[in-house]
Amino acid sequence: MWKLLQIELYKIFRRPRTYIAFGTIAALIIILQVGLKLDGQEYLDFMLNSLSKFDVSGTVLNGYMVCYVTLQMLLINVPLLVTLIAGDMISGEANMGTLRFMLGKPYSRSQILIAKFLAASIYTFLLLIWLAIFALLLNLVIFGTGDLMIFKSSYLVIINHDDIFWRYMGAFCFAFLSMTTVAAVGFLLSIFAENSIGPIVGTMSVIIFFTVISTLNIPMYNVIKPFLFVTHMNVWKEFFDQKADAHNVGIPGTLQNPQRIINSALVLLAHIVGLVSLAVYIFKKKDILS
Amino acid sequence: MQNIISVTGLTKQFKNLTAVDNLSFSVNDGDVYGFLGQNGAGKSTTIRMLLTLIQPTAGSINMFGLDLQKSRRQVLQQTGAVIEKPDVYKYLSARENLKLFAALSGIKPTQNQLMAQLDMVGLSGRENDKVKTFSQGMKQRLGIAIALIHDPKLIILDEPTNGLDPQGIADIRNLILHLSREKGKTVFVSSHLLSEIEQVATRVLIIDKGKKVIEGSAQELFDPSQTIVEVDTLNNETTLAQLQQSQWQAALQPRRSHTIILKLNRTSIPQLHIWLVQQGLQVLSVQPRHSLEDLFLQVTSGKQHVEAFTN
Repeated sequence: MWKLLQIELYKIFRRPRTYIAFGTIAALIIILQVGLKLDGQEYLDFMLNSLSKFDVSGTVLNGYMVCYVTLQMLLINVPLLVTLIAGDMISGEANMGTLRFMLGKPYSRSQILIAKFLAASIYTFLLLIWLAIFALLLNLVIFGTGDLMIFKSSYLVIINHDDIFWRYMGAFCFAFLSMTTVAAVGFLLSIFAENSIGPIVGTMSVIIFFTVISTLNIPMYNVIKPFLFVTHMNVWKEFFDQKADAHNVGIPGTLQNPQRIINSALVLLAHIVGLVSLAVYIFKKKDILS
Repeated sequence: MQNIISVTGLTKQFKNLTAVDNLSFSVNDGDVYGFLGQNGAGKSTTIRMLLTLIQPTAGSINMFGLDLQKSRRQVLQQTGAVIEKPDVYKYLSARENLKLFAALSGIKPTQNQLMAQLDMVGLSGRENDKVKTFSQGMKQRLGIAIALIHDPKLIILDEPTNGLDPQGIADIRNLILHLSREKGKTVFVSSHLLSEIEQVATRVLIIDKGKKVIEGSAQELFDPSQTIVEVDTLNNETTLAQLQQSQWQAALQPRRSHTIILKLNRTSIPQLHIWLVQQGLQVLSVQPRHSLEDLFLQVTSGKQHVEAFTN
């Protein structure tokens, strides 16, 4: 299995297409950084319109805040970048004609499929590491540190600057789980297609479709919302909410709703296991005609 | 002699189409086994079943004395295959592709072994070039190098001369003969180029519409005393009239087109040629036709196609 995984990673990272995602993320973050560095105060003034009596340590427009803004914007787009690779894992090989060569080798289809999914997951992980380097570390270098102010729908959260870093680590781990779920959807669709366009478009369609359902406040749909993976993809934001004491001051090291994070993580994990198992089950019976 | 492949009652049904129908055959150790059939006859489907790419609807496949379904890994470790148009990773070089597929076969060849393999298929000098710059023929050669990299006992080649120029076709023929005679490999080769199969095969199986039509050794199937010869002269009517009044009369066959057909011993062809010239007939060609081609057309539905075309 280790050998197969090495081969799959080698194939992924020798393809020029792989680096499109890394380049796109870097470009988007740099554009955002330049904009906020040059004109960030105006953006901040707009957000802080009616809020002037809060005690914030350091600069408000600091690296932690820019990172949060970046993640809010980018984690909507990263699924597309993940799907570019995950949706291509089987269908791309079928299209190239290499799938039959591969399956004629002395490895079981289950081994090949699991190695491919693990490779797609490692790619996703590295993409998020890359995102973390650019969105967090680079922003800290450019904008410095400070307390993090987050505007929730009905309240404001201020997290002390030395209580933030672990929250970002947690958020990135959760984002990895979300993106791996997206990869699993793309991977499953990939076994039915003979070119990568179908699985990529299919995965994005599934995400859009479920997102629309999850935003509709209709009783019939509310029943199924907890079971849709898209409902849980934004739960990384829970890492940036903390418990407050009697004076409404945040308690460092706490999470407002840790159970929600755990539940969502379990739902996403169940999706990953279910989707990959289904892919293996179908692929084992599939006739390779391409 | 050990059976390398033993297929019994193999059937593959795709919805309403029976692609392979109750097919049985066996390939012995050291055979160059020619697998013939028209397009759509079921050759590729059969080969894909031998490589577990397609699940049979019915029947059994034993290879190296092992049940293919139960011992897939052991069987495929001893098998190398090129299926139809062999496509490899276009963004990798020939050497990188070879190394990658060697790793998939569980071996780690040295640089010298990789180079020797590429040299054998005529790709030395292009080893570091990306495959996207290769012609179809070069990809075909690389596919064969990949099939052989782990030194398999059985080599399955599905239309190995597709996309090759005449020199490439001759090279593949020589390679098959080399693998069989010098290295003792068993080769299972399908092709639509009947003359190629005729020159290398020790045994031949012809299928039509998924069913076995004929199977036998090359000697049994290609009888040199029954060679079909096609004669073409400037005036075939005069030539035919003279042939009917000569010692060649018994060899004359019904005409399918404007040329004259005779069936005679291969050794008699030079004498026929001399006789035609001595009679002052202006000879355009005396062409022995490939006996396998005739056999093929006789036993498959191709016969009807040819007759429909020539009538």
